[in-house]
Amino acid sequence: MLKKSLILAATATVALATAAEARDQIRIVGSSTVFPFSTTVAEQFGKTSSFKTPVVESTGSGGGLKLFCEGVGPDHPDITNASRRIKQSEVDRCAKNGVNDVIEVKIGYDGIVMGNSKKAKGMTLSLRDVFLALAKDVPSETDGKLMPNPYKTWKDVNPALPAAKIEVLGPPPTSGTRDAFAELALEGGCKSFDWIKALKKSDKTMYKSVCHTIREDGAYVEAGENDNLIVQKLDANPNALGVFGFSFLDQNADTIQGSKVDGVEPTFEAISDGSYPVSRSLFFYVKKDHVGVIPGIQEFIAEFTSDKAWGEDGYLSDKGLIPMPDDERSQWQTRATGLQNLSM
Amino acid sequence: MTDLASNSAPRQTTERIAASLPRRYARDSRFRYYGLVAIGLALAFLVLLFVSIVSKGYSAFFQTEIRLLIEFDEDRLDPNGTRDPSVLAGADYGGLVKSSLRGLFPEAESRRDRKSLNRLMSSGAGFVLRDMVTNDPSLIGTAQEVWLPAAADIDMLIKGFIDRSKPASERRVNDKQIAWVDALQERDAIERHFNTRFFSAGDSREPELAGIWGAVVGSFYTLLVTILLAFPLGVMTAIYLEEFAPTNRWTDLIEVNINNLAAVPSIVFGLLGLAVFLNFFGLPRSAPLVGGMVLALMTLPTIIIAGRAALKAVPPSIREAALGVGASRLQVVTHHVLPLAMPGILTGAIIGTAQALGESAPLLMIGMVAFIVDVPTGPIDPATVLPVQIYLWADSPERAFVERTSAGIMVLIAFLVAMNLIAVVLRKKFERRW
Repeated sequence: MLKKSLILAATATVALATAAEARDQIRIVGSSTVFPFSTTVAEQFGKTSSFKTPVVESTGSGGGLKLFCEGVGPDHPDITNASRRIKQSEVDRCAKNGVNDVIEVKIGYDGIVMGNSKKAKGMTLSLRDVFLALAKDVPSETDGKLMPNPYKTWKDVNPALPAAKIEVLGPPPTSGTRDAFAELALEGGCKSFDWIKALKKSDKTMYKSVCHTIREDGAYVEAGENDNLIVQKLDANPNALGVFGFSFLDQNADTIQGSKVDGVEPTFEAISDGSYPVSRSLFFYVKKDHVGVIPGIQEFIAEFTSDKAWGEDGYLSDKGLIPMPDDERSQWQTRATGLQNLSM
Repeated sequence: MTDLASNSAPRQTTERIAASLPRRYARDSRFRYYGLVAIGLALAFLVLLFVSIVSKGYSAFFQTEIRLLIEFDEDRLDPNGTRDPSVLAGADYGGLVKSSLRGLFPEAESRRDRKSLNRLMSSGAGFVLRDMVTNDPSLIGTAQEVWLPAAADIDMLIKGFIDRSKPASERRVNDKQIAWVDALQERDAIERHFNTRFFSAGDSREPELAGIWGAVVGSFYTLLVTILLAFPLGVMTAIYLEEFAPTNRWTDLIEVNINNLAAVPSIVFGLLGLAVFLNFFGLPRSAPLVGGMVLALMTLPTIIIAGRAALKAVPPSIREAALGVGASRLQVVTHHVLPLAMPGILTGAIIGTAQALGESAPLLMIGMVAFIVDVPTGPIDPATVLPVQIYLWADSPERAFVERTSAGIMVLIAFLVAMNLIAVVLRKKFERRW
């Protein structure tokens, strides 16, 4: 046994030395929202090209960019997925570690849906309703000052809504979906109060804490990162409303219905043309220094940005990705295949 | 008076005892009844768990396939007739599937209809044909009837998970597709076959193509590394501490630490692996080698504690007799104590390894929670393990992954039961009582 483990250790060190020198497989990290799309392209790419299938890890947008910016070389990932745009601070971090040339590729849109079971009536919400129902502190009706959220039922929030208890199942703070939900839905409703909007200029941290903090008194239930779980719970509890990605609505259209937000139903078309307010752009970032070093990166970009993948009828739209309009798509395609650098 | 008092005292005691007997019997039988209830409840939950997993998962072992007449047209596959493997691999096999479908249902003429017709078949159908042709180029020029995998949505329809009575906008298959499937059923050209792909393929984003084999191989390499590292180290530590180490403050300290390590949450070992194995030693991410090393750290305390208990159970008379006939201390251990303690040590090792097989938290930190299609061929290839594969499937939006998740759980449980059975058999076979 001792001999065996010594031999194993020896072979392992030799093998590792070679593994660290060269890598013939693309490594992708990043957002769990982009994960289903990135993996689909990776699989197609692996099957149709002579290159190995890329390895895709789901680390979250922030975690992915952190790994991505750690440095250049085969120990670091080649591509990172993000469900938001890269931040200036992350670009700086990248540059500090020698990652200067980054190619940005926008791949399409994702809608965040508030939905409930088909057994109950559909909801028609405004962003203001969503904010008032879910924020920790809301402006009082009488004097406009902030007070802890007093609303118990949807009817309290807006007399036009049903008198049902506010019960929303949504992702926990670690999730990118939660960040985007806070930024798009809550902040969208929050801005409809003029004095809070004015706060954005005078006191940005205050503005953020008012607009992004979700109540913790049980009305918003953290249902885990797993959107499937939320969908199943909605089916079992018709009174609850859920917050999840559009692809889960698309796959479960027989049991779940999406709520109208500001009068727009969450459909493929409405998210694509931007009229549905709670949608975000999805990206991936490529390390330019790895192009030509790790085999297949350019071909992978070409596969991702081909019409058969991200086009209107491409295989990614089957998976729930909402494609960009034609001209925007061709613009991004030229930029991506031409390996143009990111400009903030 | 004094007589009376001394006579009545024993009678009072026996009376008191007699009076209390029914209560004590009742207490006794109540206690047994509580025990039965507890066992019954535990069994009921276990049955509930198994029934829900098996009832959800058994359908994944069957996959709907559609029989198509495929013409392996030479002009389309190999126009120059060179039979060059790279030409054959790059040909448009998806096109063969599409034209065969169109031949079956010529009424689908509009672009939209053709698209929904093509969606009957899995996107992997073309790859099946490609593998057939590359294995046997003589197929070119012939026409063959081939069973090809149907798309996941059609599979769900055939298995009854899609409600035909719902309006078309709420189902993932449209009315035309249902009509085509019914037409195929009349011709016996659509059937459920045993899903061999599930046991031979790696992961896939298409549920009908996804398999557990990649994860099984990944788990195998990970556990191999774990056993090779943890077993010898653990056994040697146990022997030293039990047979050779002096009892002093240092060995006490070591013992306390080992017992504490056994209780450390597994994610902490993952963080350690990330900091030491990946960042400091620069080992590759997602490799079973690193996963095995991390899990070995986690299993080590279990093996040491079980090993020490097994060594302690060997009676001192055996050691003394061996020493008495002139054996050295090393000979005492290797010739007598260790063979007698081996069944207990092995049991501990197998249970520790079974624990490691079900572990996914520490692997998250070292990049083994990843989408990996290729089946790993060695301990440094990127790989994932069974519990992680189950987690990834549970997180996928497609309805067909629900049954695959449960099927994956069944495979994992089968491995765990097998390992625990081996432990029980080993113990029964080699155990000795004194």
